[in-house]
Amino acid sequence: MKEFLLMKGNEAIAEAAIRAGADAYFGYPITPQSEIMEYLMTEKATERTGMVVLQAESELAAINMVYGAAGTGKKVLTSSSSPGISLMQEGISYIAGAELPCVIINVVRAGPGLGTIQPSQADYFQSVKGGGHGDYRLIVLAPSSVQEMADFVPLAFDLAFKYRNPALILSDGVIGQMMEKVELFKPIPRTEQFDQSWVITGKTPDRKANVITSLDLEPLPMEKHNHHLQAKYKKMEDEEVRFEEIMCDDADYIMVAYGSSARICSKALQLARAKGVKVGLLRPITLFPFPKVRIAELAQRVKGMLSVELSAGQMVEDIRLAVNGKIPVEHYGRFGGMVHSPSEVLEAFEKIFIKN
Amino acid sequence: MEVKEIIRQENMVYQRSSLLTSKPFSYCPGCGHGTSNRLVAEVIEELGIQNDTIGVAPVGCSVLIYDFIDIDFSQAPHGRAPAVATGIKRVLPEKVVFTYQGDGDLAAIGTSETIHACNRGENITIIFVNNGIYGMTGGQMAPTTLPGMKTSTSPYGREVATMGTPLKITEMIAHLDGVNFVSRQAVHTPAAVRKAKKAIRAAFECQINKKGLGFVEIVSNCNSGWKMTPVKANQWMEENMFPFYPLGDIKVDGKLVKTL
Repeated sequence: MKEFLLMKGNEAIAEAAIRAGADAYFGYPITPQSEIMEYLMTEKATERTGMVVLQAESELAAINMVYGAAGTGKKVLTSSSSPGISLMQEGISYIAGAELPCVIINVVRAGPGLGTIQPSQADYFQSVKGGGHGDYRLIVLAPSSVQEMADFVPLAFDLAFKYRNPALILSDGVIGQMMEKVELFKPIPRTEQFDQSWVITGKTPDRKANVITSLDLEPLPMEKHNHHLQAKYKKMEDEEVRFEEIMCDDADYIMVAYGSSARICSKALQLARAKGVKVGLLRPITLFPFPKVRIAELAQRVKGMLSVELSAGQMVEDIRLAVNGKIPVEHYGRFGGMVHSPSEVLEAFEKIFIKN
Repeated sequence: MEVKEIIRQENMVYQRSSLLTSKPFSYCPGCGHGTSNRLVAEVIEELGIQNDTIGVAPVGCSVLIYDFIDIDFSQAPHGRAPAVATGIKRVLPEKVVFTYQGDGDLAAIGTSETIHACNRGENITIIFVNNGIYGMTGGQMAPTTLPGMKTSTSPYGREVATMGTPLKITEMIAHLDGVNFVSRQAVHTPAAVRKAKKAIRAAFECQINKKGLGFVEIVSNCNSGWKMTPVKANQWMEENMFPFYPLGDIKVDGKLVKTL
């Protein structure tokens, strides 16, 4: 029998973490994502599955607890919101450098600085370009519904373990706080079915000591390690791109939007179509790897693209790189905690592409 | 008598720990890290916990320990070793987890992680090597640098009025209920080495017996950073460091044994 619940996005993530067989969650409170740890505590995750849930003294400590636990090969996750994620960046860089799997959830709020607790998508650069120091990438999944908040947790764990790389679920205050119907997946047992050869669980006489590290004082081996990482990111770009297309087949113009902005754009698309304007919507589900090949294909036959983001324009740069000057690519979005409406999106689209 | 006859097992009074790797210690001649590494290896071997022990090596000279002890290790970002150890211990509660940290790591950048891991009573062991200076980065002032002591960032001596007094973090954490065992030792003489080893063993046993956190500070030298010969550095340490950082057990079995 299917199990439907009415849940907040943040609650759905927490319930999904329990059901996905997560071994540990380490976190620190910050709005608008505090419901995640609250839910894990209230719903007694530890009693239900044996999952460790620990409130750390800071995001710095939380991400380093994730780093430590991830080195043992366990399924570990943390969650935070923008300023907290900024604090975690050093640790995330270490985790990427040491090639450990983990899941990080960012329920984005507006910045810069303390900013506001209202929704935003202004952490795109930080999420898809690395974020911390050094050449590294995260696998970035962008849910646009409460259902996807739940479904992307096991997906993120699968990808994180497949590539031994941190996977980031990039949500925002809209998706985190809104309530929707969710169909929950059946609990997955806490098992270890992947390659365990690298984990630190105590060196037994049958193997060499394992050391989880991103350090090599010699530059030549470090360059080699970086080449290995780059090859891994290339493989992700070849194999893991996910996106959704709505009415792109006959479209003259394409809106590109992810997460909550994609929800708004799907309504703006209906308004445009009602007026006879052929607009399509491309929704990247993975922000890294980015659907740049598909965007380049679409650029061969549409007249223009509009990146609609809750930011001053970040993803638009990646779209322009993919389009490579073939057609105009513009940006529209409210930001600083404000959320655009479908009619504002349509108005901006018409002003940019139709009336000129 | 031939050498082979002399080195028979029954004549053995001391041997190199089998947990030490074949790599020669890369620490500066005279540095206390080599001895401290060796003592940790010997204690782990003597307790028979090498198959179940995971070390955490942070940033600075302390990180090199994972080259020298043949057990599983996680490197940690600067100051975060107690958080990394917490993560490991929480998901593998039956394993033995220890950190090996310097004073810049534990008492400056990692003060928060140190205090909170201690306060939660994480059932881990912390080995803290305090040489009053940042060694690997070239001899800068540490939180534990003595008043008046010259370093590359206090070239005219640590001025208390502007740079503060040295942080006695070991005394601070001894007051926390989650901490079961605290001792301060040194490794510059054979007698000191024996006492330090006893303390390290007690700190590991504390964890094995699930009594809470065990913490051993080793007051050590940094003759390179201090710009002294090894012998002079040890003399200076006795005359200057020990009065400020007095040696001995501070907390045993959850009770303070020293007036702080």
